[in-house]
Amino acid sequence: MLSLAATSIIGTIIPQNENPAAYFQAYGEFLYRLFKVFDLLDMYHSYWFQLLIVLLTVNIVVCSIDRISTTWKIVFIKKPIFNLSRFRSHADNEYFVDSRSSKELKDIYEPFVSRDFGYIRTEQTDKGYSIFAEKWRWARLGVYGVHLSIVLLLMGALIGSFFGFDGYVNIPEGEVVNSIRMRNPGRTEPLEFGILCEDFNVSFYDSGTPKEFRSSLTIIENGKPVFKKDIVVNDPLRYNGINIFQSSYGSLPPREVTLSFTSKKTGEVYQKKAMIGQPVDVPEYGGQFILRDYVNSYKFRGQPIGQAFTGILTHKDGSSAEIVLSLRFPNFSQMQKGDMVVSVSDYAQRYYTGLQVTKDPGVWVVYSGFILLIIGCYITFFMSHQRLCIDIVKKGKKCRIMVSGTANKNKLGMQNKIKRISEKLVDLTNSS
Amino acid sequence: MNSSFLLSITTFIYGFAAFLYIAFWIFKKPLPGRLATWTVFLAVICNTIGIVLRWVESYRLGIGHAPLSNLYESLIFFAWTIGVVYLVIEKKYKNRVIGAFTTPLAFLAMAYASMSPNISDRIQPLLPALKSNWLIAHVMACFIGYAAFAIAFGMSCMYLFKQRDTEGKSNLLAHFPNAKILEELNHQMIMFGFLFLTTGIITGAVWANSAWGRYWGWDPKETWSLITWFIYATLLHARMMRGWGGKRIAYLSIIGFCAVLFTYFGVNYLPGLHSYGTS
Repeated sequence: MLSLAATSIIGTIIPQNENPAAYFQAYGEFLYRLFKVFDLLDMYHSYWFQLLIVLLTVNIVVCSIDRISTTWKIVFIKKPIFNLSRFRSHADNEYFVDSRSSKELKDIYEPFVSRDFGYIRTEQTDKGYSIFAEKWRWARLGVYGVHLSIVLLLMGALIGSFFGFDGYVNIPEGEVVNSIRMRNPGRTEPLEFGILCEDFNVSFYDSGTPKEFRSSLTIIENGKPVFKKDIVVNDPLRYNGINIFQSSYGSLPPREVTLSFTSKKTGEVYQKKAMIGQPVDVPEYGGQFILRDYVNSYKFRGQPIGQAFTGILTHKDGSSAEIVLSLRFPNFSQMQKGDMVVSVSDYAQRYYTGLQVTKDPGVWVVYSGFILLIIGCYITFFMSHQRLCIDIVKKGKKCRIMVSGTANKNKLGMQNKIKRISEKLVDLTNSS
Repeated sequence: MNSSFLLSITTFIYGFAAFLYIAFWIFKKPLPGRLATWTVFLAVICNTIGIVLRWVESYRLGIGHAPLSNLYESLIFFAWTIGVVYLVIEKKYKNRVIGAFTTPLAFLAMAYASMSPNISDRIQPLLPALKSNWLIAHVMACFIGYAAFAIAFGMSCMYLFKQRDTEGKSNLLAHFPNAKILEELNHQMIMFGFLFLTTGIITGAVWANSAWGRYWGWDPKETWSLITWFIYATLLHARMMRGWGGKRIAYLSIIGFCAVLFTYFGVNYLPGLHSYGTS
């Protein structure tokens, strides 16, 4: 009795303890907004929050262990116990009368009952027979499956945070990186292999929203390519327990551009290749042009004109002028003064791909927790330990049959089932 | 005939069904009741065709994807699940008054989707992050869960009305299922919803892990779905361990549904990965 009281007290702690956790999260949501302003984003990793999670877990474990011994005794029993007098005293039993002998009736009912119930036992009573049956005894363990799954989830998360990492890296097209930057704490760590980004592509829908980001990656170990894969969002590369995800991208200054020099005098157009910082001879005049800088979003008199180069045109006489070469508006160059108009006629767009690199050895523990959680919930909610008793009692020349049953959950459903079984038994006896 | 038009019609059919159910409840004539059942049935069929048509249309536009990608499409699907789950309950429990409390929810969801100026019914291409087979599993599980909670909410309201009037004085409440059945149904719906909410959160986590490399990121929607999960878990524990029942469970169920609504709509106003739900 005392232990029963103790279990019920501890059992009641669960909902109370879950409430503050949920409450603090709800409350934390607003704090979260507030914290964001102050750059204090990490409340979900704060000690008090994790303490709450640990408390909840300890609670679940303690309650489960405390209660499981009782359940264990019920579930793992060699010979199930049926209490006939208790079945007889149920309020919502079904009764009917049949004129055959109790032995005959027993032989008709037994195969019918054993079709639905896993365990069946018939006992002789002083005035006839009692058929006892039960099924899904183990369904009583479902709730422990659910609790265990939650412990598994948290264990998996713990394993992940101790033995895993979460980092990111930007790789320009055509380059290899050997280290990544950790998200927490922000330091650079070497990788066991190199990641080469051969190519990056972004495609757009007609409406201008992005359609796909695709990086062609190659894993390089000891100078040799060992693994190749194109990754897109939702389809990462997995190698040696390390996952590489597509997460962002950006554009880089083109390495080489083709400049066109148009002479205002002769109308002649000259094409010349140029690289940043290297002077190019200007045709006809012999002056020099240097590509100085690349700007991702250039502002011309306050107006954004997108990607642009700046360069310096030095005339023969030594005077020089700064020139802005817009990539989006090639005609922008028409505004230049002087005898030669410089513009960019061709360039190769270069991107870098932003990758998220993670390792999480706990993920399989978490996933098994997920599976157990779903199965456990299903068992807990929709399967119950059902017990059935068909009591055949001789009354004068006829037999009175009682159908009774119990379930540890969904009692209304069991009541309906007893009604259905009783109706079927009547049919069965009428037809045979 | 395009899907948006058909779905607008569906809205009115749901509205009419809700009207019939309420008429049946108030006037207690069998005719509007029977008519209401057929009307809901018709609405669910139109709703189904609308969803399928929208799916086909998206393929015709060359951006084929399951119609579960934005707020409009999710509301349509929400109404559909409410309709289907309700019909199953009506068939099983043979009580039409419940319809007066659940079909209006389906109607409201549809009306909000069709009429709200903030919600675009255009078929939009999928963002790269949404291109995953998990999309269908995740959204479906979540919305079946939400629909079950919506119906549980309707039942809880009915229960609260019913148990106030223990002597059966009120004429309006006479045709309600008895309080015990309402309570049991409420519990059944919550268990059903809880299972699907769990599945929804889990499929979302697995998806997040394949898209971003982490299964849980404390995104506002994730956090709020967890809060909802905790509320219903509390309810289930309170009922099973403490033997709570009746009014307290009904109130908890209503609170739970408010959390569902906030998870669904409110979170869109907080920044996060799920913010595509706004348009």
